Amino acid sequence: MEKIDRSHSHMEYCEGMEKIPHDIMDKALGLREAYDYKSYTPQDVKRALGKDRIDIEDFMALLSPAAEGFLEEMAAKSAQITKRQFGNSVSLFTPLYIANYCENHCVYCGFNCYNRIHRAKLTMEEIEEELREIASTGLEDILILTGESPNITGVEYIGEAVKLASKYFKQVGIEVFPMNTDEYRYIHECGADYVCVYQETYSTDEYEKLHLRGHKRIFPYRFNAQERAIRGGMRLVSFGALLGLGDFRKDALATGLHAYFIQKKYPHAEISFSPPRLRPIINNESINPNDVKETQLLQVMMAYRIFMPFAGITISTREREGFRDNVIGLCATKISAGVSTGVGGHSGEEKGDEQFDISDPRSVKEVHEAILKKGCQPVYNDYVRV
Amino acid sequence: MNDKLVIGGHEFNSRFILGSGKFSLDMTKKVIENGGVEMATLAVRRANEGGAENILDYMPEGIVLLPNTSGARNADEAVRIARLARELGCGDFVKVEVVHDSKYLLPDNHETVKATEILAKEGFIVMDYMYPDLNAARAMADAGAAAIMPLAAPIGSNMGLATRDFIKILVDEIDLPIIVDAGIGRPSQACEAMELGVDAIMANTAVATAADPGLMAKAFRLAIEAGRMAYLSGPGRILSGVGEASSPLTGFLRD
Amino acid sequence: MILNGKKTEIKAGMTVMEFLTEQGYKAGRIAVELNGEILPKSSYEKVVLTEADVMEVVTFMGGG
Repeated sequence: MEKIDRSHSHMEYCEGMEKIPHDIMDKALGLREAYDYKSYTPQDVKRALGKDRIDIEDFMALLSPAAEGFLEEMAAKSAQITKRQFGNSVSLFTPLYIANYCENHCVYCGFNCYNRIHRAKLTMEEIEEELREIASTGLEDILILTGESPNITGVEYIGEAVKLASKYFKQVGIEVFPMNTDEYRYIHECGADYVCVYQETYSTDEYEKLHLRGHKRIFPYRFNAQERAIRGGMRLVSFGALLGLGDFRKDALATGLHAYFIQKKYPHAEISFSPPRLRPIINNESINPNDVKETQLLQVMMAYRIFMPFAGITISTREREGFRDNVIGLCATKISAGVSTGVGGHSGEEKGDEQFDISDPRSVKEVHEAILKKGCQPVYNDYVRV
Repeated sequence: MNDKLVIGGHEFNSRFILGSGKFSLDMTKKVIENGGVEMATLAVRRANEGGAENILDYMPEGIVLLPNTSGARNADEAVRIARLARELGCGDFVKVEVVHDSKYLLPDNHETVKATEILAKEGFIVMDYMYPDLNAARAMADAGAAAIMPLAAPIGSNMGLATRDFIKILVDEIDLPIIVDAGIGRPSQACEAMELGVDAIMANTAVATAADPGLMAKAFRLAIEAGRMAYLSGPGRILSGVGEASSPLTGFLRD
Repeated sequence: MILNGKKTEIKAGMTVMEFLTEQGYKAGRIAVELNGEILPKSSYEKVVLTEADVMEVVTFMGGG
């Protein structure tokens, strides 16, 4: 793939990037642009909360500042919907970082290619050792992560890792660089079930300023990743903006709409949200993790739940224990446990540095107990590959 | 208020589509006027020899005609009837209806999708009469339909919105005009459907079998308008019987 | 020939237009299918009927 730097327009595809229609992107970005969240009134919020099924306009009201005064009402509705759709179940998983080489320069990320951190790429033997270690905790769902380096940790490497992971785990996800449809198909054939891609921000202007180098600079190629993954046969796709990078209300809206339109176009696809907030990273003290308050993060998560009752919501390890324990059952349906964001951190010494600091270091057993204490049921896998 | 119904690029002010069956011909004009109707369906039939009266002579100027494919038992027959209808020279609209069930007269969604595929490619503005099934509606939309016409109840039954919840799903999920067709027996039922968010109502038997069809047409017009206004105004909150949680659910927040 | 499913007499060398007029149809209110194919109005004057032809003549009537 060609080298991409600031001289490239962030809206133009580069060689080798598969193009698919932009209908969903155009709709979602248009609505994001036009979204005037200050115009919503308490009346709009109440009306949305009074409905069985809310529409886009109601979703906008629930993401507006006016809805902050109705957090309890939103929580009651969100809890009711979560209970109705998911019962008591809360899924457990853990991320496994197998490499942290990265060709992108994203100014907010600990893995960015100019950050002087320890880089590593696990060998297949090392990956297997990690997998065995994690599997021994009882987990059955694993998310394989790399930095985004198609050259050092390309499709083939990821595919081999997925093949290994599917030996030990009943569900395998990937959070790696966006790929073309045929590459997603290959990774799916290797045993992956789901794909997580974060758009980071849906403001194309902000996006351009934050992604200075690497294939990630190309906004539409990243935007359409989920769609290509579905076309490649993946069962579930996950959406997320890194809240705090751009205007978080507009980004939360665009994330919801992105998922909503994908679901409409591909009714068979399963949808999930992962709403992370910015966290402190190594060698960068200037990022303020409090840009988006807990209250607002919760508001966003509950708005997702009410807008798309059937979508999964994963609660990030970036959040503290007290927040994580309380959002399960309320809106979140999936929670990580026993997390290390460094490379090779499960079975021994870390070989590479972490992507970000985590706030909830609890083990699988501890998280399991916490779920039970909330009156919910930990679920290790709810899917059988046939 | 600029609130137009748009079907295949054509704009309508009226959301009341009239089925023209079972009327005496001289009643047609009055019903159309009283109902504020801008679109009326017609059926295609073998013409009797000789100068029998023709319904077109009773249609007011400017009314958009929507020929249906009634009588078709499969996709091929529907296509054949649609082509003949267009040859009759009344535009590109066609309401595809395929029925091969003589007891309930329920439409065959599968055959309707097949006919839609062919007709949309030939430039028809296809409106699909259907049993309200989300997957079928998606297939029709993909095949090029311009509007989806789910039935409220078996045709001619006047049973009302028997399929209410399923029609609501179509309203929520399908980005085409949803027009409730068949089964609506009373203006109140038409109003209820409009409140749900459907885009228009088609009625025939309910008007034609009223003691005073002209007056009933007017009642339908008003009910459809009222339902539309209610939908646009965003109905107020209905308090569910569920009590508020006694202990706060968001007390854990730490900002 | 067969018209709308019924055996009907025609005169030798008769065009479609002549036949329709004889039967009392108004060309502006009907559509014609000849042997399974739609016959455009512009052909009514040109096409000559034969004994073996099967013709459908349709029009609009009231219907939901």
